[in-house]
Amino acid sequence: MSAMHEPSAQQIQNEKLYRQMGMTDEEFERATKMHGRPLNYTETGLFSALWSEHCSYKSSKPVLRKFPTEGTRVLQGPGEGAGIVDIGDNQAVVFKMESHNSPSAIEPFIGAATGAGGVLRDVFSMGARPVALVNSLRFGDLTVARDRYLFEQAVAGIASYGNGMGVPTVAGEVQFDNCYSKRPLVNAMAVGLLNHEDIQKGVASGVGNTVMYVGATTGRDGIHGATMSSAEVSIDEEAPLPVMQAGDPFLEKLLMEACLELVKSDALIGIQDMGAAGLTSSAAEMASKAGYGVELNLNLVPQREAGMTAYEMMLSESQERMLIVVKKGHEQEVKDICAKYSINAVPIGRVTDDKMLRLLHKGEIVAEVVADALAEDAPVYHKKSEEPAYFKRFQAMPSQEPKIEDTNETLRALLQRPTIASKEWVYNQFDTQARANTIVAPGSSAGVIRITGTNKGLAMTADCNSRFVYLDPEVGGKIAIAEATRNLVCSGAEPIAVTDCLNFGSADKPEVFWQFEQSAKGISEACIQLNAPVISGNVSLSNEVNGVPVYPTPTIGMVGLVHDLDHVTTTEFKNAEDIIYLIGETKTEFGGSELQQMIDGEIFGKAPAIDLDIEASRQRNLLRAIQKGIVVSATDVSEGGFAVALCEKAFGADKLGADVQLIGSAITQLFSETQSRFLVTVSKDNAADFEEMVADALEIGVVTATNRLKIRDESNNVLIEDSVAELRSLWKGAIQCLLNSEA
Amino acid sequence: MKFAVVVFPGTSCEVDMLHAITEIVGQEAEVVWHSEADLEKFDGVLIPTGAAYGNYLRPGALARSSVIVESLRAFATTGKPIVGVGNGFHILVEIGLLPGAFLHNPSLKFTSGNSELIVENTDSMFTKNYTTGQKITVPYAHEFGSYFVEDDIAIELNNTNRIVFRYADNKTVNSTQAIAGVLNEAGNILGMLSLPERAVEDILGGTDGLALFTSILKRWNENNVSHA
Amino acid sequence: MTKVAVYVTLRNSVVDPQGIATQDALQIMGYTEVENVRIGKLIEFEFMGTTSEIELRVNEMCKKLLVNQVIEDYRFEIEGVTSK
Repeated sequence: MSAMHEPSAQQIQNEKLYRQMGMTDEEFERATKMHGRPLNYTETGLFSALWSEHCSYKSSKPVLRKFPTEGTRVLQGPGEGAGIVDIGDNQAVVFKMESHNSPSAIEPFIGAATGAGGVLRDVFSMGARPVALVNSLRFGDLTVARDRYLFEQAVAGIASYGNGMGVPTVAGEVQFDNCYSKRPLVNAMAVGLLNHEDIQKGVASGVGNTVMYVGATTGRDGIHGATMSSAEVSIDEEAPLPVMQAGDPFLEKLLMEACLELVKSDALIGIQDMGAAGLTSSAAEMASKAGYGVELNLNLVPQREAGMTAYEMMLSESQERMLIVVKKGHEQEVKDICAKYSINAVPIGRVTDDKMLRLLHKGEIVAEVVADALAEDAPVYHKKSEEPAYFKRFQAMPSQEPKIEDTNETLRALLQRPTIASKEWVYNQFDTQARANTIVAPGSSAGVIRITGTNKGLAMTADCNSRFVYLDPEVGGKIAIAEATRNLVCSGAEPIAVTDCLNFGSADKPEVFWQFEQSAKGISEACIQLNAPVISGNVSLSNEVNGVPVYPTPTIGMVGLVHDLDHVTTTEFKNAEDIIYLIGETKTEFGGSELQQMIDGEIFGKAPAIDLDIEASRQRNLLRAIQKGIVVSATDVSEGGFAVALCEKAFGADKLGADVQLIGSAITQLFSETQSRFLVTVSKDNAADFEEMVADALEIGVVTATNRLKIRDESNNVLIEDSVAELRSLWKGAIQCLLNSEA
Repeated sequence: MKFAVVVFPGTSCEVDMLHAITEIVGQEAEVVWHSEADLEKFDGVLIPTGAAYGNYLRPGALARSSVIVESLRAFATTGKPIVGVGNGFHILVEIGLLPGAFLHNPSLKFTSGNSELIVENTDSMFTKNYTTGQKITVPYAHEFGSYFVEDDIAIELNNTNRIVFRYADNKTVNSTQAIAGVLNEAGNILGMLSLPERAVEDILGGTDGLALFTSILKRWNENNVSHA
Repeated sequence: MTKVAVYVTLRNSVVDPQGIATQDALQIMGYTEVENVRIGKLIEFEFMGTTSEIELRVNEMCKKLLVNQVIEDYRFEIEGVTSK
């Protein structure tokens, strides 16, 4: 649309044209009132983008405020591109998780790729060099061709971006469930490292300082992406697709190197990614955060298409762009650094003292809005919340064991469930070793990288069992945090902070909002109990297909600090004759379990219970034992229960097996998904020490040199006896096998 | 010994190489940006992996436009060692310092993991510290891993002892005659797709790549002693 | 200004895994009459030099950068005129 044909302020108001941009009548009225005069087309666009859910968190804010965000290590909490946590030695770790669900549902390769690209920019815009990527992916169960396509393309897209940037992917999770059919969740997390003095913020301060545009040119791609990602996407394979912002990892690699060099120069005052709502959000937020104003001359914006309007330039979501503020007089220094990398660096405006965002185009003022009004004053909604009918019904159900004929066959079937099966098909497409610091690659409890120049490491993981969250959002929220910390502890790390991606259905549905509130409550409690503040995150609402929401999925990304690389511990058995311990008792808890889904084709009942006191104390004890060097291998018991966890310990080892004995009902012992349990191995020499340190540990058997798995009940009846090699091959091949099917 | 680690726009794994040379092999190494022309002060050149020029057009192809390519050609004639690993191998092939070309992996996907290589030739300056027939495990990470040379060239490479490594299992890449590492005619340029600089420490999973670098060093020490 | 289109194809002796995969997909979708799928590239550009030297220059560009003749063949079109 050219400027000439833009509707007038009068038309926008009378014909309610703001509705097409996603604004409600009340919001438009509020914005007009704040503005003090009628909003023109460009100004309406600015408000609609920054007041979208994606940018303003207007529906989620009241809930998010309850998260604990402070801690002794926290240097930067939520509010900037990414959170920052102190790790000693003048270093800090910077991390953030972002969703790219809507774009990935439409064009999975580009959508997933730009998701990874965006979160990497969030990290290096803080001044940190990205050192690792983690991802959390959810798809339909691969029986539908569209879901296989989404899965294959999204994985390839993430791979193309991460690999192209030279950032290793070291951990991740993939869940398959039909609630995600045609509506995948693609959450990417980036982790960076910096020295304290290099921390940057997105601020535009100092009257007269120069605002510069750095990076790719601006095109018409992704206009109103922020509004789009706050809405349900209808998927019609035949319909014309909206213009998606394509990604260019090569350009971003150059942009990253230029930015990291800028960080070391004296010229830089502030820097922010032009992410969602592009130039609008970066300019308004940088001005608002600093308490200044920004004036931009849009004629100077590098453009890749002819005849772009102010509206289009401000709302474009072209990728790989940064807005920076530099000390007046230092523009050439910035240009020289960027020129080395063939990156555009163009002065497009200046910092003012009037707190306005003022846009000039073709010699005229085309928009003039109070920066705070855009960035800070979006309405806050207290959405209606209502307990869904299913919750009471599920809570009233008794705990029952599923009926199983053959425990051995059941284990074989579980190992081939895509959620449980090996994710090698996925992570083999990632460069997991780039930068030569990866000590534990994907496939163990958490990924671990070393911190060059120290004897420390960082462990990282992403987790959420959305079935539990659906059955009981509060308990499920607690479990998500507990599982993430468990994975870090099993790897030998002290959990230090949380980032999250809160993926839900439409917040306008009271039942969905209730799920959101309840799970956030659970997350908050667990964060406090397990001493892990939330330092960054992202909310993605309206994840629905045909009005049916996905399971509530608050994905938790966590980073832990390995104080000494000798503490690093992995899942697999190491030596025959080591003693196998199960920590934590097993109850009959099948609500939301993989076994229940497999047998009944649906989930129901109560989620497994969790006692955070017990959880915290077990984690503390286990970590102490690991740090003392007496734990040979460790893993938590999660999807599929004990038998699957035992298999995983054997699969990673070479020619080892296990012989164990379980006390109690076989089906419960083998497959229940009771929380707060761990499976560890300890050498005979250290058994006494270990038992003293970890009170709940029960000796259940021994690692064998036979490459067979043998599980007996208390009367020595064989429950499972199978070849580890055969089980491993079923587990490894399951995903490829599903993809080869031509249903 | 002083190495140049050549970095093109998009190259990302110079850190892996620098770490291996300076921290593990204990020699000097310096990053040389692609627009810098002078390689004379160096005793060896290493071209690390990554995605130079985004792997656009063909992996390695656009590196031809970089100033440093002429310096590389000049350096090649001095007989000093040049090693290109991963994308560095793509570049050496595209600028014509090594024969052949690269095609997509048979899976059409980026693939990473550990490759098992067989040391075919221990006469080269890069493999003196290995034994013939030795099996070594070295990581790889690439999308265009299928090395292709025409049959007559493959025969010539074989006859002139220029194939230094072969894949024990050729399935992942489907290279001509399972070639995993190849020399130029003069024997001072090595290209390989696997990444020896990621196999120099036990903590990262193995040290089978280390002998490649110590071999280069051994030759350099011999020459410098004999010249002294 | 003259418009040039360069078509780059894999040489017949070179296996084309993308082509094979695409052919398999087409056949699965019922297009069983399809055979010998080969995937190549189309490179378009505008040529600002004089037309007398255009063929020479385009051939040079192809050999020096656009095409790797170890695995690829090419042909090009100059505004409607097809050349070899």
